[in-house]
Amino acid sequence: MAIYKLTVNGQRKEVNVDPSTPLLWVLREELKMTGTKYGCGISACGACTVHVDGVATRSCVLPISLVGGPIITIEGVAQDPVGRAVQDAWVDKDVVQCGYCQSGQIMSAVALLKATPKPTDTNIEESMGGNLCRCATYVRIREAIKSASQQLK
Amino acid sequence: MLRHRTALVPSLFIGLLATRMFVGGAFGYGGDVKHAPDSLADGLAAWEQIYSVLTSPRCINCHTATNYPQQGDDRHRHFANVIRGPEGKGVPGLNCLSCHHEANADSTGVPGGPDWHLAPLSMQWQDRNDKPLSSAAVCRSVTDRSKNENMDGSALLKHHQEAELVLWAWHPGVRPDGTARTTPPLTHAQFVTATRTWVQAGTPCPKGK
Repeated sequence: MAIYKLTVNGQRKEVNVDPSTPLLWVLREELKMTGTKYGCGISACGACTVHVDGVATRSCVLPISLVGGPIITIEGVAQDPVGRAVQDAWVDKDVVQCGYCQSGQIMSAVALLKATPKPTDTNIEESMGGNLCRCATYVRIREAIKSASQQLK
Repeated sequence: MLRHRTALVPSLFIGLLATRMFVGGAFGYGGDVKHAPDSLADGLAAWEQIYSVLTSPRCINCHTATNYPQQGDDRHRHFANVIRGPEGKGVPGLNCLSCHHEANADSTGVPGGPDWHLAPLSMQWQDRNDKPLSSAAVCRSVTDRSKNENMDGSALLKHHQEAELVLWAWHPGVRPDGTARTTPPLTHAQFVTATRTWVQAGTPCPKGK
């Protein structure tokens, strides 16, 4: 066990966990922030996506010992204008069906729009290609990303 | 550079002494090599050792000609729809850094190292069907300073000795199932020795396509 000092959604946190513990489980089990979901556990589905030092990161495969910067989760992403716009667009376009993958979808979409404010369909397909949705809400996800992009003009 | 080298190869038959003079002068690497160059045959033999490393999965999986990296000893396409991106580092939302961090994550089986990224397309060592290029073709790429970030022989040796992602190939961590990833067919020390021999011989390349 070791003590790690984290910054999560702008707040300082301290956890005492095994260094090999994935960030996902630190968030969910230690910090009780359950908005970030466990999907596949092997970074294949994107449900666990958070931002670490501004990079969309699969938290299920990131040991806490390798966390190298401030963390933003779905609980805090709306503190940012881009995150707020994406969440609003998600509601406006009624993207969600079962909802399980959607926190990861939103975190990847925010990362895309921060780097590429006016994404093409190809940009969206490439950036969102690692986020799976068993309900197949992909068409609405693309629509919502474009809507958020428009709102951020 | 290669055309010059290839065209002059017949002159090497006049003897070892002439060979050494030729290698040290015409190849242009003599100035940054402290030891007398080895024979062309030694250099070519050393290159084949280097080639065996470069085309091993730990190296060639990130020297693709395609829009995606590979993974595994069978060099299959990287899972999760990972793509190259404009700088070889993926795309926003799906960067290499999304999963690959500063070091191997042995508890989760994800490899990592500093600045994890794909080699540029100019350093592709396989064709678009994922088949490794020939020894001659890879050698041409590696020694072409318009493709290799302007590295001369000394810089190539330093790259093989010290570059962090090169060194990673000998410390590739474990797979998700906990078993060790395979390493290249030479030790790193043998790889560096082969590179030194090849550089001292003037970085000769085999003939052929």
